[in-house]
Amino acid sequence: MSGYTEKIRELAKKLLSEKTVDSVIGFREGSIPLIAEPCIAKTPEDVDKLVWNSFCGVNLANYLTKRTDRIAVVAKGCDSRNIVTHIIENQIKREQLVILGAPCTGMASRRKIAAAAGGEILSAVEQGETITVKGRDFEKSFAKADVLQDNCAICIHRNPVISDHMLGSPVPEQTGVDRYEDVRKVEAMDSEARWQYFEELISGCIRCYACRNACPLCYCPTCFVDESQPQWVGKTADPTDTRTFHFLRAFHCAGRCTDCGACERACPVGIKVRQFTKKLEKDCLELYGWEAGMDEKARPPLDVYKLSDPEEFIK
Amino acid sequence: MRVVKLAKKDLAQAAKKLQAAYKVFAPVKERDFHNFRLLGEGKEPDFDFANTRLSAKHIVYPQSEKMMRASLDPSQEEHHIYKEEEKDYSPRAILGIRPCDAKAYDLVRLNFDTPEYKDPYWTKSYEALTRVGLACTSPCSTCFCTTAGTGPHDESGLDIMLVEEGESLFAKIITEKGEALAQKAGWSAEAPEDAASILEKAKQAAEGAVTAKIETDKITQKKTVEIYDSNIWDDLAFACINCGTCTYLCPTCWCFDIQDEVVNKQTIRIKSWDSCMFPLFTIHGTGHNPRPNKVSRVRQRFLHKLKYYPEKYGIGIHCVGCGRCITQCPVNIDIRRAAKVMNEFEPVEACKV
Repeated sequence: MSGYTEKIRELAKKLLSEKTVDSVIGFREGSIPLIAEPCIAKTPEDVDKLVWNSFCGVNLANYLTKRTDRIAVVAKGCDSRNIVTHIIENQIKREQLVILGAPCTGMASRRKIAAAAGGEILSAVEQGETITVKGRDFEKSFAKADVLQDNCAICIHRNPVISDHMLGSPVPEQTGVDRYEDVRKVEAMDSEARWQYFEELISGCIRCYACRNACPLCYCPTCFVDESQPQWVGKTADPTDTRTFHFLRAFHCAGRCTDCGACERACPVGIKVRQFTKKLEKDCLELYGWEAGMDEKARPPLDVYKLSDPEEFIK
Repeated sequence: MRVVKLAKKDLAQAAKKLQAAYKVFAPVKERDFHNFRLLGEGKEPDFDFANTRLSAKHIVYPQSEKMMRASLDPSQEEHHIYKEEEKDYSPRAILGIRPCDAKAYDLVRLNFDTPEYKDPYWTKSYEALTRVGLACTSPCSTCFCTTAGTGPHDESGLDIMLVEEGESLFAKIITEKGEALAQKAGWSAEAPEDAASILEKAKQAAEGAVTAKIETDKITQKKTVEIYDSNIWDDLAFACINCGTCTYLCPTCWCFDIQDEVVNKQTIRIKSWDSCMFPLFTIHGTGHNPRPNKVSRVRQRFLHKLKYYPEKYGIGIHCVGCGRCITQCPVNIDIRRAAKVMNEFEPVEACKV
């Protein structure tokens, strides 16, 4: 992914000077190590703040819904699939977008690096596939492959599926990846164990909704948890309400989630939020042969019926 | 003000001893961070921490609190009449609170404890609490307490301040409440003669180790209308996803919502944390929302923290520099960046009021 920064700035400058787009959405250098901040550039002079590195984990497709301007946006594989989903769901028009596709070798996990570093990280430098972090009295280097976000480690769509310009050559897709090892573990549990598993998964949730708000799929004008006429979900951190929020949100993402990891990355208390949606992703794949966001022209399985659908009642 | 000395390794033991007289809250390890939890069944204290993930706010001001309830069952006597919820304000103690989080209680108190109005829940809870603070020896790179009106050895919010010194802790007993707790903990070994100078040296070192800062000295001089209407907010707010992380983790944020929940023929009135980041925060009964978008909400948050609060109370910004909003914001919105932009703001000639 080296050279992407220069390419992004070059393309952004061109698109803005030629007025092909009104704005370019990308990342700028973070104010603390291991994170980059999403930002918008509206003039050719402003493009030099744009950067690209392995800390650009935020899914920029989250910033596209309901925009009315013409936008260029940097998109990794997962982000690009969310853009396809946005187009299918009428949240943005294809014509509005200039997609700068970023073939991705994965994003670094802040949490994993912090845990492995054993002290506060004061600086992080990326060189090739190595990340070197420095603290007050230590310096450690990690192979990026060892500290990837959980979703990146099992990603099978690293190359953007839709783009207008590519920032680099396609990267080899990972093969022989078992995406559902963790799901099968839970499927094998009896109901008592499964209940315990989910109780532990959600424990500590403070209902900040960072997971929901970081998710590009969650764009409802009024989320079901915020409905008040009638009220579906209480506002406290009552366990039943918390379970309802997580389970119901996961179902709303069924057939749409691209496993971009935005939810898990956003959570301030380290909840493995992806564990709610992985099962639904597996079900959509096994029941309908469906992977979210791969094709602008394909209608999702929960949207349409086919004669090959497995349920009896439709026949 | 006397200073006693105890061994670091005895702190956990003291925590257990104190449970006889207080509900004791201490940092407890959870996942890959710490949080203040009530010690007891299965919850052991762990003082090897920089700061807790959530602030200590929830000890005085829980995330949700039942205020009152009424029976909706017409066959019950006194149905449809609210009864105050039974509360337990027996003495509680928080061990290991950092000076920034302790100072935050004082900033919040200005809102909940006024000559005109007292929030009975907050004030009674606060008054029942004895605060044993743990001064910071290694401030984090995101701690900016010294430019936020407090500091790593700030005693102002504490009843006792513990300061690490090698394998020992000096306990500076500041208030009567602190004295009472020290008695119950059995902390009686007088510190050596040179304790005062050791503590002073430690304080200087810790304050010198704070590298982050927030620049806010000129913000209250800006004309509100000019800074409010300026175009600095679009860039500052772009990344924001309007979740509640910053507000929920912040020790000084105080906004709440009151809701009635009906369960099994009972209606319970509950007070819960709310967040100005949430779209519903300012929605009116008519459906109109004066802060209808992300930019207006982010603008409000920073103006409240850095301008409205200092102007109203005259004691500095509504922030203690704990840095949680900086480290936990999922999209790296940084209050220091916002403050700098606000501090350096000059209106364009045409927009001057």
